[in-house]
Amino acid sequence: MTSTWNHTFSTAAFKGSVEVPTGIYVNGKFAEGSSKKTIDVINPSSGKLITKISEGTADDVNAAVKAARHAFDTVYGLKMRGSDRGLLLNKLAQLVEDNVDAIAASVIACFRYYAGWADKIQGKTIETSEAQLVYTRHEPIGVVGQIIPWNFPILMLAWKLGPALATGNTIVLKPSEFTPLSALFVAKLIDQAGFPPGVVNIINGYGNVVGQTIAEHMDIEKIAFTGSTLVGRKIMEAAAKSNLKNVTLELGGKSPNVIFDDCNMEDAVKWAAFGIYYNHGQTCCAGSRIFVHEKIYDEFLHKFTEYTRNVKVGDPFDPENFQGPQVSQVQYERIMGYIKSGQEEGATLHHGGERIGTEGYFIQPTIFTDVKPHMKIVREEIFGPVGVVIKFKDEDDIIAQANDTVYGLAAAVFTQDLVKAVRTANRLKAGTVWVNCVNHLHAAIPFGGYKQSGIGRELGEYALANYTHVKAVQVNIEM
Amino acid sequence: MLALRTSRAPSLCYRSLHRPAARTPHRRTAFARLLTTMSAQTVEITVPKTGRKIQVPTGLFINNEFVSSVDSKETIETINPATEEVICSVVAGSAADIDRAVAAARTAFKTTWGKNVTGVERSRLINKLADLIERDAQELAELETLNNGKPVRIARDFDIGDSVSCLRYYAGWADKIAGQSLEVDNKNKIAFTRHDPIGVCGQIIPWNYPINMWSWKVAPALAVGCTIVMKPSEITPLTALKLSELIVEAGFPPGVVNTVPSLGSVGGAALSSHMDVDKVAFTGSTVTGRKIMEAASKSNLKKISLELGGKSPHIIFESADLDQAANWAALGILYNTGQDCTAGSRLFVQESIYDKFMPILVSKAQQLVVTDGFDEKASGGPVVSKIQYDKIFKYIGIGKEQGAKCLFGGVKRQGKGYFVDPTIFTDVTPEMKIFQDEIFGPVLSVTKFKTEEEAVAHANNTTYGLGAGLHSNDANQCMRVANELEAGTVWVNQYNLLYNNVPFGGKKQSGIGRELGSYALEEYTSVKAVQWNFGEKLDFPF
Repeated sequence: MTSTWNHTFSTAAFKGSVEVPTGIYVNGKFAEGSSKKTIDVINPSSGKLITKISEGTADDVNAAVKAARHAFDTVYGLKMRGSDRGLLLNKLAQLVEDNVDAIAASVIACFRYYAGWADKIQGKTIETSEAQLVYTRHEPIGVVGQIIPWNFPILMLAWKLGPALATGNTIVLKPSEFTPLSALFVAKLIDQAGFPPGVVNIINGYGNVVGQTIAEHMDIEKIAFTGSTLVGRKIMEAAAKSNLKNVTLELGGKSPNVIFDDCNMEDAVKWAAFGIYYNHGQTCCAGSRIFVHEKIYDEFLHKFTEYTRNVKVGDPFDPENFQGPQVSQVQYERIMGYIKSGQEEGATLHHGGERIGTEGYFIQPTIFTDVKPHMKIVREEIFGPVGVVIKFKDEDDIIAQANDTVYGLAAAVFTQDLVKAVRTANRLKAGTVWVNCVNHLHAAIPFGGYKQSGIGRELGEYALANYTHVKAVQVNIEM
Repeated sequence: MLALRTSRAPSLCYRSLHRPAARTPHRRTAFARLLTTMSAQTVEITVPKTGRKIQVPTGLFINNEFVSSVDSKETIETINPATEEVICSVVAGSAADIDRAVAAARTAFKTTWGKNVTGVERSRLINKLADLIERDAQELAELETLNNGKPVRIARDFDIGDSVSCLRYYAGWADKIAGQSLEVDNKNKIAFTRHDPIGVCGQIIPWNYPINMWSWKVAPALAVGCTIVMKPSEITPLTALKLSELIVEAGFPPGVVNTVPSLGSVGGAALSSHMDVDKVAFTGSTVTGRKIMEAASKSNLKKISLELGGKSPHIIFESADLDQAANWAALGILYNTGQDCTAGSRLFVQESIYDKFMPILVSKAQQLVVTDGFDEKASGGPVVSKIQYDKIFKYIGIGKEQGAKCLFGGVKRQGKGYFVDPTIFTDVTPEMKIFQDEIFGPVLSVTKFKTEEEAVAHANNTTYGLGAGLHSNDANQCMRVANELEAGTVWVNQYNLLYNNVPFGGKKQSGIGRELGSYALEEYTSVKAVQWNFGEKLDFPF
């Protein structure tokens, strides 16, 4: 038996009680980890302890893989019809809808979208000659490992579970040790929805233990990771050294936001703010390099700074606030470190840069100007509400500057000239280019990185390819 | 084809019920009620066997309301084929009513449906509709049995079960309608396709699987964003009207789905020749299919898809598992009392196993219980109408006259109900009418063959091409013959079973287009290629 964390919310955003199991979830049951050790879960608004969760070990991962393998070989995978997998996913979507409030809309939409794909995993018949019957099967890979980050815990869970379950895989998933609670809550719902035991297993723990075990496991045939580029490399290395498991990575970004002189200024300002301050800057696709055409630079900077001044930061449960705390002490210190580095390297701290209050990890929305391409705050992902604003001359200049990065996750273009927008979009090296908007995601639209921002695509029909492998069957016919 | 039942009193299970204000806008006096017997009121039907009371709307369903005809007092009487008694009457739509329905569908397409609704929302609504049908499955099954005759358990578990799955399958496609982005000239141009909904679709469905055929038509059309004017069969309009109530409950905007029961020669003809209907989808006889195609060509060249008749061959090779083959062969001609467009109505049995096989087949046919659909033991019910009953027995007569041997069945029963017992003719040869014509009843024509080539030649010797089946344990033979058979579906070591994700339709004169699977989406999609230049300058004169 494992304990649960019970909490009653009485906030402006939500009133109600939740019960979240705190163990690891293996083979349909919640249990203490084999080490009996725990990890503290901290409330970033206060810096205080919420509860403790079980810390998983390599042994726990092995047990989970065994359960997932057994489920795949006996009751899931190709043993369960696509239309039945679809029904289960829809049931899960309904339970999420019944249990979690408004913020879950995109989570529910993701589950429902992939529920619709479950009975549509189609191969091809390929014509070669009448003496042959040739067809392809798109088979589930088997047991897949999934490691998700702390910035959008429940949404990242849905992005991973949706396509993997739709295509018939079984799963060992490690949520972030900073934000494990929503995954454990959803594990309860997975159980209630009727997924057989072992189909989804959740192991809390540290990246260098649980994550590493998953990455080098000989019986996990695919790993999907969302997180930092640094850790992404380790995962790919572990995969290479173990069983050459299939790897998809969704990593960091330093996405350019390109604002041309013929943009709609009001909109550009609002979207630029949204692009860098949304989720307190903890977004892989954050528009953290804001490029402004020199003709409108002064006007934009002035208006953008005004807008930034009015961004409300505080208790995330208060619907008045746009920006909440950074997720942890570690992240807080990292971001403050970058702010210091920016100043030390000679950039102008144009706005913000300070902590807010004395409790929790709240940082002021921050703007740097007068930056140079070599500066850390221009090259490296800060993952906080810190934007750099840079001038550009013309299209060729901006393409050169925007693409001058090892990253390539997203980009945005603001202009009223759609031809220029399309031309620029075509030249930017990024997996998503937004025109006259930012950060818009939809279950049906693929998302992923160029260059060191990642390998593979999530969402849309494209995600299905991450979780299937293709078998060609060639039947020779005696004529 | 109005069923004139003046010689019979209306069934005792028919009673008109004054509904509370929510259903009818005005309170009516008894006299007013009498005057408006032809109007759009709901009637209460009592199912004799179960005592269940079912409220059935009898008006035309246009813009989410049940209404009277705009210019006609005609009605259609529905008959219970097991008892030959009247169930109730419904309003018969006129050409003017079709106009009204088309106008409603067009308005909805321009304002609340078509490109004005997202795939996600369409998905949600279609899933909701599926849930509601599942909720009401027993009631709908009983109504289906009352009007069509098929056994209740088959109506509920198969017809309705498959219909719910069909809707859910297409709900899953609704937010996945994707075109292509295409490389033309990477510097100056982009090209892409949009898969637009075609628009207002006329859908004409038959009486053999009323609810199931309704779902096959409605699901893909709605998923892609089309609006619908549905003309259910005048023989079996009741469940289509009942399903229209669920369209409202699910939350579809008015005008998205409209239901106009009417005679084929009135409503069907009006839809096929309508200048503001973009597409007609029809399931029914080949004779009527031709008329629809003709009307389409003479009016606005509307797109058509047709799912027509068949005279499907079913081949038993010597290596087959004979007992299993007999099971499938019996299913093939007896399921739904033979009223199936893919009925395996021509059986070809290899000479070497003929004498062994036939007694097994006969014993299977003997086991079938054909009786009132409300009887738990029923595997088959009556055929749907007097007209069908007479037609089938006419063919039985012709079969005997032309020299085929009636091995089993072929005799009329005494008493009420259009019951036709399984009938097997042997020694059938290609020039016989029972070899060539679709009978649409439980009448099997059996022919011997020697070689594989002969079987294939026989099988393809028909203007139809809907289904075909073969039984053999020789895998190479299975592959060869499956490739040779001219049919839209070839069943190997099985028969008749369909799945929502596998396409279905006819070759040759069995039809045009495909239903089910992702293929059905194409029938309701109109492709637009957008070719956008943002750099090339044209020199003129060129």
